[in-house]
Amino acid sequence: MPHNVLMPALSPTMTEGKLAKWVKKEGDKVKPGTVLAEIETDKATMEVEAVDEGTLAKIVVPAGTEGVKVNSVIAVLLEEGEDASSISKAAGGGAGAPPPKTVTPANQPKETSKPAPSLAVVPQAQPQQAAPQGKPSNRIFASPLAKRIAKEKGIDLASVKGSGPHGRIVKEDLEKAKPGAAPMAAPGAPRAPMATPSGPDAKALADAYGIPYKLQPNNNIRKVVARRLTEAKQQIPHFYLSIDCELDTLLNVRKELNEAAQDYKISVNDFVIKATGLALQKYPAANVSWTDDNLVQYERADVSVAVATPNGLITPIIKDAANKSLKDISNEMKELAAKAKDGKLKPAEFQGGTISVSNLGMFGVREFAAIVNPPQGAILAIGAGEQRAVVKDGQVKVATVMTVTMSTDHRCIDGAIGAEYLQVFKKLIESPMSLIL
Amino acid sequence: MSEQQFDVVVIGTGPGGYVAAIRAAQLGFKTAVVEREHLGGICLNWGCIPTKALLRCSEINHLLHNLDAYGFKAENITFDFGKIVQRSRKVAAQLSGGIKHLMKKNNITVFDGTGKLLGKGKLSVTKDNKPVAELKAPHIIIATGARARVLPGLEPDQKFVWTYKEAMVPQEMPKSLLVVGSGAIGIEFASFYRNMGAQVTVVEVMDRILPVEDADISAFARKSFEKQGMKIMTSAKVVKLNKAANDVEVEIDVGGGKIDKVKVDRVISAVGITANTENLGLENTKVKVDRGHIAVNQWLQTDEPGVYAIGDCVAGPWLAHKASHEGIICVEKIKGLNDVHPMKPENIPGCTYCMPQVASVGLTEAKAKEKGYTVKVGKFPFIGNGKAIALGEPEGMVKTVFDAKTGELLGAHMIGAEVTELIQGFGIAKTLETTELDLMHTIFPHPTLSEMMHESVLDAYGKVIHM
Repeated sequence: MPHNVLMPALSPTMTEGKLAKWVKKEGDKVKPGTVLAEIETDKATMEVEAVDEGTLAKIVVPAGTEGVKVNSVIAVLLEEGEDASSISKAAGGGAGAPPPKTVTPANQPKETSKPAPSLAVVPQAQPQQAAPQGKPSNRIFASPLAKRIAKEKGIDLASVKGSGPHGRIVKEDLEKAKPGAAPMAAPGAPRAPMATPSGPDAKALADAYGIPYKLQPNNNIRKVVARRLTEAKQQIPHFYLSIDCELDTLLNVRKELNEAAQDYKISVNDFVIKATGLALQKYPAANVSWTDDNLVQYERADVSVAVATPNGLITPIIKDAANKSLKDISNEMKELAAKAKDGKLKPAEFQGGTISVSNLGMFGVREFAAIVNPPQGAILAIGAGEQRAVVKDGQVKVATVMTVTMSTDHRCIDGAIGAEYLQVFKKLIESPMSLIL
Repeated sequence: MSEQQFDVVVIGTGPGGYVAAIRAAQLGFKTAVVEREHLGGICLNWGCIPTKALLRCSEINHLLHNLDAYGFKAENITFDFGKIVQRSRKVAAQLSGGIKHLMKKNNITVFDGTGKLLGKGKLSVTKDNKPVAELKAPHIIIATGARARVLPGLEPDQKFVWTYKEAMVPQEMPKSLLVVGSGAIGIEFASFYRNMGAQVTVVEVMDRILPVEDADISAFARKSFEKQGMKIMTSAKVVKLNKAANDVEVEIDVGGGKIDKVKVDRVISAVGITANTENLGLENTKVKVDRGHIAVNQWLQTDEPGVYAIGDCVAGPWLAHKASHEGIICVEKIKGLNDVHPMKPENIPGCTYCMPQVASVGLTEAKAKEKGYTVKVGKFPFIGNGKAIALGEPEGMVKTVFDAKTGELLGAHMIGAEVTELIQGFGIAKTLETTELDLMHTIFPHPTLSEMMHESVLDAYGKVIHM
């Protein structure tokens, strides 16, 4: 029987995506594991693999189509010996129908023993704020009174979490909400397109003043990053702490390690990642996130590392960095960075994280302040390790110094907590043997 | 006598207790109830239900004496008071039997006796001071209700001074009555006996009758009652009863140092309720009693883990439907269901089955202003409604109170025929948080009394049609 190939959900928050490219064409024979197509989502490009053996009989959604709804039929696969006349029946499933049912149209003879279709890409079960998956409608349920109060107060109902029956937004929810308030309530939920403020339009001005330019359409990564950064900077009360770390010992240790190495080359950044995680393990008060009801105290330190890619910024994660060896961190980071540049990161590899690290040291940047990566509580901005004049015991000496600036969400991390965390971090960087153990 | 283990034990089977028990059983809890008297509690046996049976008879009596208005003629209309009381008892008995059936159907074990908390999730049941059973349950719900409050000098004596209980089963029809207190219970008895032909005087300590209702409704009710021949004294206080052989002389302080004297056959004391919190073994637990009522949080949990309280034994309003709803909230919270919401007092309707009937939900106009709302008020009289005229019930009004800023329906207040059956419409409106617009856009069927609800809303916004 024909199998429908459905648009997969690559992340819990994904409701639609772009069908970037068909790798196979109609009539191609496919085996389980054969890559059929590439899909671009808000964060990454993923490959869609076939699960069944057969022939790609019909491509329903052409390459380059944007806004393809999750679970809609994108292609039809025929088994050996089937002819194309059965396709029309199979492709009738349509968008939004629950996946297992679209596969087996009701009038087909029962073949229940056969494992249902078609895709290797399994939507991940990361419990992110349970966004209503596959719900095509963006309807917001709110009482008439709530709608009116929201209008008067200028509150975006999409940003309010409903406490009424079935999550309906009621008056009480709006009494708690503030004008223009926080979409933080449901960070994962698909929301109205953009949260960027409407300033003067750059294109209109460039046109008006005759500035030459060309337009580069924003891809999904850029759009998501733009929205999340805007939200983060507007809604998280940031504050910043800077500390200088002397790197001379660390550089010596690194040199020795790398000289002895066969299968790895450890970077300063690998030390920084390990120190970031280990410092959180030693000082868990900084390993926290804010929610309206609770402080989330993480019991594992997962370090998100900002990686610049041609498509925009993405933050692959070194999970449990405190308990991984420098060698493992180094190898894993290389692999993740390469995947990130190719747009091949899996959602599980970049969603989550309990703290972030952003390193611009390699560009000679002395120090900078990063924007907290929500819902995390802090991000470390790493500057260049450079020789500076340092006064020690009344003497001017030369030392290699790296300035680290921590940006924190003041709602969950107070000044003293941030400062103590940085002390622990500094100590680890300056006595790097503890990072090797 | 062995110890028996349950998941949920409910003490008391009034409209709070039995509903909680059924819901618990539905949710899969092994459930028991303990009842010392009748299944169904006061509501079914000595309150809401039997009084409605009596009031129905007084309505019929009223109609029979106004047959002329409908083109009928009858002479020598009489009634058998004993039979009227008997009917009321039969109605109560039928419903109590219904509860017995519901307990059985839901596999709820019924213990006949008095429950007492022993602490640590244990409970004893005794009957006539003899042990019946010892129960153990992680969840014990106290739903023991309340009884008539007794004022010093007005102690019920079963002869001259009655509570609701004696007033419901009199041996004979008193010729004259004095009702102390003009809340729902007092007014219902006053209305019943007046319509059955007794001389009735109502004494209220506040400056108006039905003091929890909107002032317009109180004033309207007073006018109606006085037209029916009821005597009403407000800002007045009974100070002394001089009991004679067959009647009582009541001395009433009417203010300004003046004492009025009224001679009546019987006195009904209806001055509020006292929660049944005694002999429950609360001293064996951390359960707190605050101003006579068991203290609970929004989920009906007491200070003792695993002990809950609902209904008349906790804070008011002391209404059967409020008790039932609390029972459901309490049990569903125990089960950990998701969509459980705390009670919103402003959404609890109240009904008084006098003639004309009174029903309301939410804030009165005065309360709304007191809370700082700028209000829009709409009123519509029964005289402007076709169905009311056709029924021969032109007396009454519907009043609505809106927040001028948001259009929130803050309160609705009604007096007149069948308004107790209408008030749920405004109850739904409040629960769903409708605004005036949704109510205006609702299509009310013609010809019905409910059209007055619509008109009242329209009136609040200057759009009334039939006035």
